[in-house]
Amino acid sequence: MDSLIEFSEEQSMLLDTATDFCNSRSPLDKVRTLISTEKGFEIDEWNAMVELGWLGITIPEQNGGLGLSMADVVPIVEAMGRQLMGSPFLTTTLASQALIHGGTQVQQNEWLPKIATGTIATLALQEEDGDWDLHNLSAIGSINNDSIELTGKKTFVLDAAVAELLIVSISLQGMPALVCVPVDAIPAKQIQRETVIDETRRCYEVNLEGVSVPRSAVMANTCFDVIQRASLLLLSAEMAGGLASTLNTIVEYLNTRKQFDRLIGSYQALKHPAADILLGLEAVRSHVYHAATIYDSGDKAAIEAALHMAKATASEQFAFAGDRAVQFHGGFGFTYDCNAQLFLRRALWSQYQFGDEKYHRQALAPLLLD
Amino acid sequence: MIEHNKDLDVFRADVSKWLKENNPKDPGFILPETFMEVGTDQQFEFLRDWQRKVYDAGYLGMAWPTEYGGGGMPQIYQDVVNAEMAKQRVPFVPNTIGLNWAGPLILNMGREEDKQRYIKGILNADDIWCQGFSEPEHGSDLGNAQCRAVKNGDDYIVNGSKIWTSLGSYAKYMILLARTSTDGDNKYAGLSFFLSPMQVDGIEPQPIKKLTGEYGFCQTHFIDAHIPADCMIGAQGEGWQVAMKTLMFERGATGGQAGGLSMMDINMGDVLELAKRARRNGKPALDDPLIRDELVQLLIEERSNRLMNVRAKIPALNAERPNAISMSGKLRSSELKRKFTQFALSLQGANGARYVSAAAVDGGRWQRSYFNSFSATIGGGTSQIQKNILGERVLGLPKS
Repeated sequence: MDSLIEFSEEQSMLLDTATDFCNSRSPLDKVRTLISTEKGFEIDEWNAMVELGWLGITIPEQNGGLGLSMADVVPIVEAMGRQLMGSPFLTTTLASQALIHGGTQVQQNEWLPKIATGTIATLALQEEDGDWDLHNLSAIGSINNDSIELTGKKTFVLDAAVAELLIVSISLQGMPALVCVPVDAIPAKQIQRETVIDETRRCYEVNLEGVSVPRSAVMANTCFDVIQRASLLLLSAEMAGGLASTLNTIVEYLNTRKQFDRLIGSYQALKHPAADILLGLEAVRSHVYHAATIYDSGDKAAIEAALHMAKATASEQFAFAGDRAVQFHGGFGFTYDCNAQLFLRRALWSQYQFGDEKYHRQALAPLLLD
Repeated sequence: MIEHNKDLDVFRADVSKWLKENNPKDPGFILPETFMEVGTDQQFEFLRDWQRKVYDAGYLGMAWPTEYGGGGMPQIYQDVVNAEMAKQRVPFVPNTIGLNWAGPLILNMGREEDKQRYIKGILNADDIWCQGFSEPEHGSDLGNAQCRAVKNGDDYIVNGSKIWTSLGSYAKYMILLARTSTDGDNKYAGLSFFLSPMQVDGIEPQPIKKLTGEYGFCQTHFIDAHIPADCMIGAQGEGWQVAMKTLMFERGATGGQAGGLSMMDINMGDVLELAKRARRNGKPALDDPLIRDELVQLLIEERSNRLMNVRAKIPALNAERPNAISMSGKLRSSELKRKFTQFALSLQGANGARYVSAAAVDGGRWQRSYFNSFSATIGGGTSQIQKNILGERVLGLPKS
């Protein structure tokens, strides 16, 4: 590795393309309109992303993808985060990572070409107790001849209502396992929308009671580590984008709102925290692009530390910025009409997915101190 | 002099070897941590001799032009030397104002005769430089400087006083910001910038006792001091622009510094090592979960600073606010140091309350370091002023 952070010409172009795409396709008034829809995204935008090849970025060429790296997905997700774009892109990309690193040959050949051309897939890992440790599972699979009968519930399953494939974690003969569950194996009434803090997201509770899959649905490799790494990288990147827009929203208001005949941005009580948020943003982006740079380096300890740091910093800084964004908008900030709440809600949702800053600092302690 | 195109790895090995052989032995007295804390002649002479030795070996000003005494080599060689010096924790080179601020400024905008006259003495430590920006009454508000310089024939007559003039008693020259006019469109318009001699009647550096109980910087009084008019750099009334340029060197936003270490770094590695030695409830403090979390937070912050400095060099990842990282360098590094030295006291249990003495942990260097860390969070524009600057110049917020 030549440098702690590398960013190629191609990645730079991808960042520009994605920024233009998200700016024009997902202005905040449209984000607000989509909040009241069931799906939470527009199929036209989804198709446009498929057209651009974004769904196949990390999918191997023999499966119809581009065979590029996760580092090439980072600029796209960051741009989406800037515009609070509610899209199944994130969860579908994570599901394809799970298939690439954990799927059987048959599963890969069946699903990856479909995903590259626009089939939505998602992950069902979380459970009701909210424990971030993916290994603590109460959803169970029981082997019955050639099939596996599932019981239990999964929560926070993103975009389950539009996904064709769910990758579900269960306990199988006392061991964690991942199974590929086509959505038509689950009765529609067992997929229930959840009320979550970020209204641009669509999360579902999936009741596995009575669902049965063939034994061949079990994935070859229970690759929680890959899923965890990919999730931390992309989520942190998306948060970096959201944090950047939160800062811009604050700065714009501080430069227009007057109180006591002065622009409120002239008051140091607001200016200094704005500078703190700026430094937080610069730190988060640096951690994200460093983690992206070394993601495929094979240096496991370094990658893990970089990802824990990225998510810890992103969680802390984005939540702080969202909190201050509401406060600095004063009375307007207390209203639903103010965009500050959109950013605060996104910040909190992201903070509490895949571990908050304390959780990741605790994971860092043995890596850095012992 | 060093060969120009020597392979970098070979060069690094040479430097490493030279430093191992020449790193001065423990002088038997406590060394200061930065040039701002040089309090005794003994300390000063030790460090000045070290700078000379480094320069004579060709390891200082390596990227500065050869015609003025520099090495004329690509900056990367100096970067290698700096990194090796930090690694081997050799003493710092004390002529910091000359090497990092006055020198780059003179090379950047000085006249040919200025370069001939000043650069070599900066490098070999014959001519020590100090800085005369801040004033006792105006602190961080540099633009409001009231020290007057009135043209009188071939001289300017200077009256007023400057504070924070580190090495003031040893300095031959001062970079001086003084008011040459009181009318003009704004307070900045009347300022001029001088490369002022110090050994002049009426310039009196008076050492000041710091919060640590030691000496290390001066208040410099000017009483009808005559300085030559041709030591002005930039035009009359353009002192503010020149000062801002100098501060860009200070805040690390631009290259051009001569190199060498400018401080004896206490770092997070030392804090970790202290956490292993310190005791909490009969066990190493490092086992305490709250202490572990604080250490991790500090290590993340240290890493953030390092990664930001790397990312700052990639334009495509700094398109929105290209100066945010470079302009916050001093704020970030000085605040981190203040935080971790303060934290190091808390690791020591009751001994946190000791001060420089044999019974104190590590002779009390942590307590002294914590107190001295304020010199960087206050000097060169306080952290609070730095946040104003970031708010106004990077975020575009209105003036306070």
